[in-house]
Amino acid sequence: MTLDKNYTEYPNRREGYDHDIYRWSAMHERAPLRWPNGKSVAVWICVSLEWFPIIPSDDPFRAPGHMVTPYPDYRHYTAREYGTRVGVYRLLEAFEKAGVKASFATNGAVADRYPELVKEIADAGHEIIAHSTDMNGAIASGMGAQAERALISQSLASLEKVLGEKPKGWLSVARSQSFETADLLKEAGLLYCCDWVNDELPYRFNNGLINLPLNHELSDRQIVTVQQQSVDSYADGMRDAFDWLSREAAQYGGRMLPLHITPYIMGLPYRIGGFEKLLTDLTARQEAWFAPGIDIIESWKAQQ
Amino acid sequence: MQEGAGDPGLYDFAPYNARPKINWPEGKTCAVWVAPNLEYYEIDPPVHPKRKPWPKPHPDVQGYGHRDHSNRVSHWRMAEVMSRHGFPGSVSLSVALCQHHPEVVADGVARGWEFFSHGIYNTRYSYDMSEAQERNIIEDSIKTVQDATGQRIRGWLAPALTHTPRTLDLLAEYGMDYTCDLYHDDQVQPVNTASGDLVSIPYSLEVNDHYGFFVYNMSGREYADTLIRQFERLAAEGARSGTVMCIPLHAYLIGQPHRIGPFEEALRHIAGDSRAWLATAGDIVDCWKGQQA
Repeated sequence: MTLDKNYTEYPNRREGYDHDIYRWSAMHERAPLRWPNGKSVAVWICVSLEWFPIIPSDDPFRAPGHMVTPYPDYRHYTAREYGTRVGVYRLLEAFEKAGVKASFATNGAVADRYPELVKEIADAGHEIIAHSTDMNGAIASGMGAQAERALISQSLASLEKVLGEKPKGWLSVARSQSFETADLLKEAGLLYCCDWVNDELPYRFNNGLINLPLNHELSDRQIVTVQQQSVDSYADGMRDAFDWLSREAAQYGGRMLPLHITPYIMGLPYRIGGFEKLLTDLTARQEAWFAPGIDIIESWKAQQ
Repeated sequence: MQEGAGDPGLYDFAPYNARPKINWPEGKTCAVWVAPNLEYYEIDPPVHPKRKPWPKPHPDVQGYGHRDHSNRVSHWRMAEVMSRHGFPGSVSLSVALCQHHPEVVADGVARGWEFFSHGIYNTRYSYDMSEAQERNIIEDSIKTVQDATGQRIRGWLAPALTHTPRTLDLLAEYGMDYTCDLYHDDQVQPVNTASGDLVSIPYSLEVNDHYGFFVYNMSGREYADTLIRQFERLAAEGARSGTVMCIPLHAYLIGQPHRIGPFEEALRHIAGDSRAWLATAGDIVDCWKGQQA
């Protein structure tokens, strides 16, 4: 067996990226950012509010956290629902106690099914970010622009119905996009997405859409569920990250620590205490500015 | 290698307890080298019949974005920590990075780092390449790195660790001094090739940051502790044998904000130990060769 001749040809080998979605920029060379009130580390909590239909879709792929056993998978269906029935209320109380505002990346289906939850979150001053329709609503190349456009607009419509306005931010299921997604999100009137984990500060795509990087490596899903670390190890990691970023900020300007939280993971009785302790420690740090994504975007925009 | 044979014949058996001692400069017992992988992954590469470049349909936004973090953010974070504690890099380079992001390569050059090839892209796999294709990637690597850094590459880590049965013979024929693709030893060892003088230098899968974080699921603190344990043992044994420890890195992994602090403490520990010889891959190979009969 031999490979095609063109396997060692490289048509996109050129200066800059092999795509035109955004331009290259080194973070440490950018003009230093200053967050409000002289703070140097923005702490962005983003909570995913998800609904997993008990009949999973594998087209284009099965979302992380989705059903595992043959149908009917009561085990995973209900364990995910624990997040939106119980876990999220523990998180809301923890945020209230700590005096912090967060973003909630919310499936349209959560607004359709549990409007009182979404309303309560918005009324408490947190931000709602659109997070597709439900956990079968993954985007990938091959689905076609029309289907993708419909999915985005259905998600926004469900959230708008409860909120009275459209969210400004977007998080895709599994952060998965097609080559068209950035343009379709812009066309739908969104200001920013959170899918590209290639940076640690907001930056603009070539089409004008802003990306606010929601680092998956720092997520409770990655650290607790995938890497099977304890909540204390997770919290130590976040404290180490904060320490590093605050030192870096002193030299290079404002930095951001994204905490991506999942209610059915972090909202469990044996984990929530460790997370509350982390909030207590970080809110006590004078460099910390806890802010929803949209506030970070607005502060960044005003400095461009 | 012996294609088709159960034992590929890459090297001869040489028991660890029956070798002449290797003496590192100034009585050091363990040669420590750091191998940052400076890589470029393509967003929409051709699909190889034996290996998919990305698990998701292209663009695999999370996978591509994760790797891109190196070239926007974490390369400099990792490199600064290495420089601060006196560790030169011996770079495993996707040579197309010289075209895409010359700024990253130039930073390594400015720090005095050594460069060897890690293929053209980490999304092009060598399996089933024709001899002409394989010669093409070797010659491309030599020329591209020479043009970008002024260095003649002396070593090779196969792109995404993919090979053909003729890879090592070709590397030796082109005058390469070392391969990082063999994991059978804690010392530099000769490699059997048709011509030339190729040796294997210990790279490492086991304390590679990729294995630490994605195979063994370590926290940043656990990985730092692993590096210290690895060093302590090799430095102690090295008093009798002369050992090599490699720390293979990927900026998008080790340069994440929750891992870099503990990693710096591990480097501080090793740099502060008088048994450690902080060296490049080429230095280590030269010193070893100088002690062969």
